Amino acid sequence: MLKQTPLHATHRELGAKMVDFGGWDMPVNYGSQIAEHHTVRSGCGLFDVSHMLPLDIKGANVRAFLRQLVANNVDKLQVSGKALYSCMLNEAGGVIDDLIIYFMDETWFRLVVNAGTAEKDLAWMEKMNADWGMGLTLTPRRDLAMIAIQGPNATQALNEALPGVDQITASLKPFNAAAMGEMFIARTGYTGEDGFEVMVLAKSAPFFWKALMEAGGKPIGLGARDTLRLEAGMNLYGQDMDETTSPLESGLAWTVDLKTERDFVGRKALESSEVTRQLTGLVLLDKGVLRSHQKVHTKNGEGEITSGTFSPTMQQSIALARIPLGIAPGEEVEVEIRDKKLKAKVVKYPFVRNGKVLI
Amino acid sequence: MSIPADLKYTPSHEWVRVEADGTLTVGITHHAQDLLGDMVFIENPAAGRTLAKGEECAVVESVKAASDVYAPVAGEVIAANGDVEASPESVNKDAYAAWMFKIKPANADDVNELLDAAAYQKLVESEAH
Repeated sequence: MLKQTPLHATHRELGAKMVDFGGWDMPVNYGSQIAEHHTVRSGCGLFDVSHMLPLDIKGANVRAFLRQLVANNVDKLQVSGKALYSCMLNEAGGVIDDLIIYFMDETWFRLVVNAGTAEKDLAWMEKMNADWGMGLTLTPRRDLAMIAIQGPNATQALNEALPGVDQITASLKPFNAAAMGEMFIARTGYTGEDGFEVMVLAKSAPFFWKALMEAGGKPIGLGARDTLRLEAGMNLYGQDMDETTSPLESGLAWTVDLKTERDFVGRKALESSEVTRQLTGLVLLDKGVLRSHQKVHTKNGEGEITSGTFSPTMQQSIALARIPLGIAPGEEVEVEIRDKKLKAKVVKYPFVRNGKVLI
Repeated sequence: MSIPADLKYTPSHEWVRVEADGTLTVGITHHAQDLLGDMVFIENPAAGRTLAKGEECAVVESVKAASDVYAPVAGEVIAANGDVEASPESVNKDAYAAWMFKIKPANADDVNELLDAAAYQKLVESEAH
């Protein structure tokens, strides 16, 4: 039996094509994936991301716990509502998950973890909580639904759908969040556009979703979510990094804090292992579509595409690929697609931000 | 579900029209394009290529995935539709107008082994469960 979000019936009513997404029955599109993609770049799209898990960690030692648990430094979070993106590593330096951490107060941090890894993450955190004698309470918040409102018209749609929120949206900076009654409003997203991720009580989600649609928001499936995040150059857990890959070879060095003396899980392994590969962007020069696991041939050896797709904004195929060091942007490589070797150019990503092509 | 009665079908979701001169026009069904979603790339076999029955001979790629297209019968490719390669989305608009290639069958009787509309309808329904 597939798991269902609080908006499951709403998706069905809207005629969504549903798929099994990591054990969840989720909308992949509501018609055309490409049209939905363009809606987010030019208007306002609504995503049900309730399959992701908000997790509240409470207790006197919560900051000390997170200092050891994750690779980024939670001491960057000093103002209530501020968010931090980080990897949670295993002892070998592999990525257990990537997550967002919100600082609420000194006894309460809220994490948002991936759907497919939620149970594994929770078990790992409970084990660390016990091993380190932290005495914290971890509460999965399955009573919350999460809706992402993304695109240049996101603020307008949210303001219209939720009276009183305009005071928050007017001053909320990117990667910050604020509470409004039972709701939690974060200026975050996975599309490369301005927008919000709003947590609401599960029972209120269908009504809120309809209000957002009446305010001009269009439903967007997970298909477009993937092409949008890839254009925005954002990693996808399980594809671009996992427990066997280092964040330093996954384009995530900027999220790993090695400047402070802080001892976090995986640090020793990261510092003692040699970085030989890099995550880079590719643009296909020949005709075709780049896909994950295709082999990449470079002058320094072989690499592999981790995520590939057709970019609706650029009208050509783009990818993230893990390739040997020493290959610079502008250089050409060859990608094996079926029985052919096609030409691709190495580029610096992101590919698209705020509706504009950066390549 | 759109399954024209005058066409033949394969279990791998190609449609086949038997022309008056005995040649075959081939495309992918409405059901196939619906499963794949928005088309972004199509590669047809070159004219003159000889195909065995069931041979992978063309590729259709949507934003979501790549899918092979198989030769419905043995024969020789006599034409490929450059228009669908230039506008892959035409397959989403009308799968039965957006033909991909034409075959001269090696054996005219082979078309009798293909599914008729009723049999293909049953197949699509069985896959839905």
